[in-house]
Amino acid sequence: MTTTLRDAVALSERPARPSPVSTTLTFGWRALLKIKHVPEQLFDVLVSPIIFTLMFTYLFGGALAGSTQAYIQFLLPGILVQTILFVTIYTGYTLNTDISKGVFDRFRSLPIWRPSPVVGALLGDTVRYTIASVITITLGLILGFRPDGGVLGVLLGVLLLLVFAFALSWTFIILGLLVRSPNAVMGISMMVLMPLTFASNVFVDPATMPSGLRAFVGVNPVSHLVTAVRGLMAGRPDAAEIVWVLIASVVLTAVLGPIAMRIYRTRT
Amino acid sequence: MSDSLAVEARGLVKHFTSRKSVTKAVDGIDLSITEGSVFGLLGPNGAGKTTVVRMLATLLRPDAGTASVLGHDVVRDADAVRSAVGLTGQYASVDEDLTGTENLLMLARLYGFTPAAAKRRVQGLLEAFDLADAGSRQVKTFSGGMRRRIDLAASLVLSPRVLFLDEPTTGLDPRSRNQVWDIVRVLVDDGATVLLTTQYLDEADQLADRIAVIDHGRTIAEGTASELKRSVGEGAVHLRVAEVGDRARAAEITERVLGAEVTFDSDPHAIAARVPDEGADAVPRLLPALAEAGISVPEFSLGQPSLDEVFLALTGQPLPDDAEPGEATSSEARESTEVSR
Repeated sequence: MTTTLRDAVALSERPARPSPVSTTLTFGWRALLKIKHVPEQLFDVLVSPIIFTLMFTYLFGGALAGSTQAYIQFLLPGILVQTILFVTIYTGYTLNTDISKGVFDRFRSLPIWRPSPVVGALLGDTVRYTIASVITITLGLILGFRPDGGVLGVLLGVLLLLVFAFALSWTFIILGLLVRSPNAVMGISMMVLMPLTFASNVFVDPATMPSGLRAFVGVNPVSHLVTAVRGLMAGRPDAAEIVWVLIASVVLTAVLGPIAMRIYRTRT
Repeated sequence: MSDSLAVEARGLVKHFTSRKSVTKAVDGIDLSITEGSVFGLLGPNGAGKTTVVRMLATLLRPDAGTASVLGHDVVRDADAVRSAVGLTGQYASVDEDLTGTENLLMLARLYGFTPAAAKRRVQGLLEAFDLADAGSRQVKTFSGGMRRRIDLAASLVLSPRVLFLDEPTTGLDPRSRNQVWDIVRVLVDDGATVLLTTQYLDEADQLADRIAVIDHGRTIAEGTASELKRSVGEGAVHLRVAEVGDRARAAEITERVLGAEVTFDSDPHAIAARVPDEGADAVPRLLPALAEAGISVPEFSLGQPSLDEVFLALTGQPLPDDAEPGEATSSEARESTEVSR
């Protein structure tokens, strides 16, 4: 084995340092490989939107909106937002798993553009978001969701949602860098996201809520996002809400991105 | 002088602060490692070995002191250090969900190999490390020895000039351990510099040109294996009695004949004694005296003290010789507490 080892290790020419784009894409490729090897990780992504959609449509639809048909037009964009927001947790979860398994330190010991593992993972997340969106919308169409915005409206709604999801992911990246175990990331994230998605206009019109709660729903970023996505899909884009979501995304990224990368660099 | 040093550290300090206390993981360590040599950092769990390596590999920023690898400062010139260094340890691992091939391909691409060159490189490494057949399997299905070989292969993708191996053989069976040792010898033959941490004396003795014994974040001794042994005493007698019940009597006779204190290790048959200078002439009389007492001694050796004894003499406590990685408790294992293997 000695000679083969010598030959294998010997390097006639050192390759040039790869570009940030190249290393980021390599990490995106890794995320895809992980989905291929561990398809179970998609289980939540697939199952929770199905359960929520079926449950709310048939359990509450008639009571809330007069008919399940009427309710699903209102509910589906909200469910989509909820689903994608929950999927963003996985960004922090997988990052934290990498840290606890030691893979993360291997990456940090490489001479590469420092943010590329994180940015590459975000790229890989796109696949998860896309699968979740397709499942949710397909189920909606089967149940009678007929968006007036048409294909374009639905696509724009999803696109806006993805922009916000990427921005929000930084929160979970920070959490993933700070918290001790992957399960703790999951627990804390759920504790934050549960109230944010339920105390919003995802499931019901807040008009009948008590004034305190209604005020909260009014300022809840999830409500703004839902209203914007709903508008796009219904063919009645609400420019003010769309701008609100875009600004929120930029602010989140501008503030949390550098903080996350700072923690990432100095993490001991 | 310093241009022939692959690794140089002066007064390295790293303290970890938790809610209640400050752990002085590394408390002022100096290192000078000559290019092309193997340097062993020997110490028990929690001595600070891993923390030293993490600082040298740019994963941790020293609280005080300076360190450079091939002349590049580990803080100011971290990227140059990263290009020159390969790293293997429980904290710098491969992705268990991916296959062996995928892991190496990913690293080769991250080091800048073109897709075709990466493929060739990975194929060669897998064959050299006897992993060609296992390459298409997920790493989590690998045996301990295969796992360590893929970790090593991962750190050699770019032919590093300096290789940090953190406890490369902990938990391996003897055959796999020998394979790892062979790999290290080949690399050093080809001019690489290796910094190796270990809690196995045998390993440091076998591989390292120079050894630093560290404990509680400080260097307590440094030198070649034989220098360290000489610092402890002239020589040592090791013997094993056939009957466990004879050990106490044999010890008594040994003490009387040699005029030296006897130590016992975990083997219930074994006795060791350091031979004092004035007792050297008495050694030939020991075997007849034992035979006269009717004690059968199937094994007897006279030689330099083992590093075990060195460690005992330096720290006043024996070196834990078969500690498992999972037993690590102090700051050194802080990062690894979540690691399951």
